[in-house]
Amino acid sequence: MDLPVLNTSEAAESGGGCDSHSCGSTGDQLGHLPEHIREKVHNHPCYSEQAHHYFARMHVAVAPACNIQCHYCNRKYDCSNESRPGVVSEVLTPEQAVKKVMAVAANIPQMTVLGIAGPGDPLANPERTFETFRELTEKAPDIKLCVSTNGLALPESIDELCKHNIDHVTITINCVDPDVGGKIYPWIFWKNKRIMGREGAAILIEQQQKGLEMLAERGILVKVNSVMIPGVNDAHLAEVSRVVKAKGAFLHNVMPLIAEPEHGTFYGLMGQPGPTHEELQKLQDACSGDMNMMRHCRQCRADAVGMLGEDRGQEFTLDKIEDMEIDYPAAMVKRAEVHARIEAELKIKDQANAAKAELAKAGWVAIQGMKQDAPKLRPVLMAVATKGGGVINEHFGHASEFLIYEASGHDVRFIGHRKTLPYCDGGDTCGDGESALDVTIRELSGCEVVLCSKVGYEPWGPLEAAGITPNGEHAMEAIEDAVLAVYEEMRVAGKLEAKPLMQQKAA
Amino acid sequence: MAFEIIESCVNCYACEPLCPNDAIYQAKPHFMIDADKCTECIGDFMDAQCASICPIEGAILDDLGTEVNPIGSLTGIPMELLAQYQAALDATYQAALNDKSA
Ligand code: SF4
Ligand code: SF4
Repeated sequence: MDLPVLNTSEAAESGGGCDSHSCGSTGDQLGHLPEHIREKVHNHPCYSEQAHHYFARMHVAVAPACNIQCHYCNRKYDCSNESRPGVVSEVLTPEQAVKKVMAVAANIPQMTVLGIAGPGDPLANPERTFETFRELTEKAPDIKLCVSTNGLALPESIDELCKHNIDHVTITINCVDPDVGGKIYPWIFWKNKRIMGREGAAILIEQQQKGLEMLAERGILVKVNSVMIPGVNDAHLAEVSRVVKAKGAFLHNVMPLIAEPEHGTFYGLMGQPGPTHEELQKLQDACSGDMNMMRHCRQCRADAVGMLGEDRGQEFTLDKIEDMEIDYPAAMVKRAEVHARIEAELKIKDQANAAKAELAKAGWVAIQGMKQDAPKLRPVLMAVATKGGGVINEHFGHASEFLIYEASGHDVRFIGHRKTLPYCDGGDTCGDGESALDVTIRELSGCEVVLCSKVGYEPWGPLEAAGITPNGEHAMEAIEDAVLAVYEEMRVAGKLEAKPLMQQKAA
Repeated sequence: MAFEIIESCVNCYACEPLCPNDAIYQAKPHFMIDADKCTECIGDFMDAQCASICPIEGAILDDLGTEVNPIGSLTGIPMELLAQYQAALDATYQAALNDKSA
């Protein structure tokens, strides 16, 4: 039998070219977790980077009241064009919420998680929140429940939470030091009193920490969210990360402050800046340690519906669900089939990843064609337009957000997402004389390539001029394989020894 | 002797379950206090409960018509910034109205 003569580098290429969608850390991001936790989170779109391409979550806004004030929140604000946590247009009664959840679950079988996150604090509305959970546990047992809280009422709610078998709790912890807290929380409502400033923050911190410990003790998964506020808590968040990990949080998610004057928040009006993409990434890297961060977090609205980053809420408004007939037992069968299909697909991917890891361990070169000189290559950020499914399947002009990946000599990792305005919606919508394309180019700063299924002629020039090469050659390919392939092309073309185009220009 | 909720209330429900006299009820366009039932919490709590949790400055008045939480007291936002913000909001609102009638 004739075998083609392979040189080492080709052999390495075929070894690394197995059909896996994740190289190194991203695919394996849950790998460090104990089995029982992996079991709980592997199909949770908020916790698993891989799952968020396949499964969907929804939030219902049943909890309008809040027991604290944060400087990044304005309780007056209510606008359906806004996509921020705590912002919601329609507060539902528990009955309406249950109906909506079942309507969505029947129509979007990929929906696996129901969360209550606001618009106030779920645990400051215990009757409404727990009524919703109680009903859903009974009527739709195939939906996972989770709750997101500021933590003030957490210790007193734990018994009730355990009753409803809620296995995921998110606590927003922005600080563990009351001096820092005094700059974030103007007041809390505690034991029938409004308590201002540092004193209030001290109580909040104590309750958060106590709640975290109690949840961990009872085996309930705890994720901690922190809002990164430059100059206020940015230097402090590494300490927060250390403390919450020590107390048993399984994930620490650092999110950027969103503050604009038009939000009417304290930070917005006072001109408090949010972090740049670079600052955020640096802090996320510093905090991640052995605990993987939720780089894919989209900071969804409190009534978000759909896959992360998309919101199909408009399809399920109250009057629309009123008319929907839902046969939930039938829907549950269909849901189980869809879930099984996705699980099977994910399993194949896992196996492929495992095989690849084996190869790497055995001393084979893990990544296509990259040899000993690989670590010397500089990392490259690439933006990807996707509708989900882990593949490049969105037109440049239709994308309202881009996923950002970093390719380097040793792996491809998911960094985060950046929102923008769909270029095709026209440039006149964004005011200030800045076109939608300008916004996209600004949002993609630092990226050298944008991968999409298609890109028009018109944006091509401005993108290139900004040092971002548009690339539509990898349509329908798995994201990480495509990113790797483009990185490899750049390496072969000698672009990875040089500085990025923009930096050259600047120099 | 009674408190009153006025139109700046954002219907957040926070006050309603706290009232020791069940004086607060949901209504349109905003929550209301039944003046016959409200005792200003005297005898039950040191501080009026509704006004201690309400996040909206100026939404609750005491029996003299004074704002229990005056402007700037809860958010700490300086008054002139708030005024600017309010003016901008009003302008946007007015522009939208004009657009509609045009
Ligand atoms: S002041 Fe006290 S009694 Fe009166 S409405 Fe408010 S909570 Fe109820
Ligand atoms: S707490 Fe204030 S804003 Fe909320 S419902 Fe009561 S009066 Fe209205």
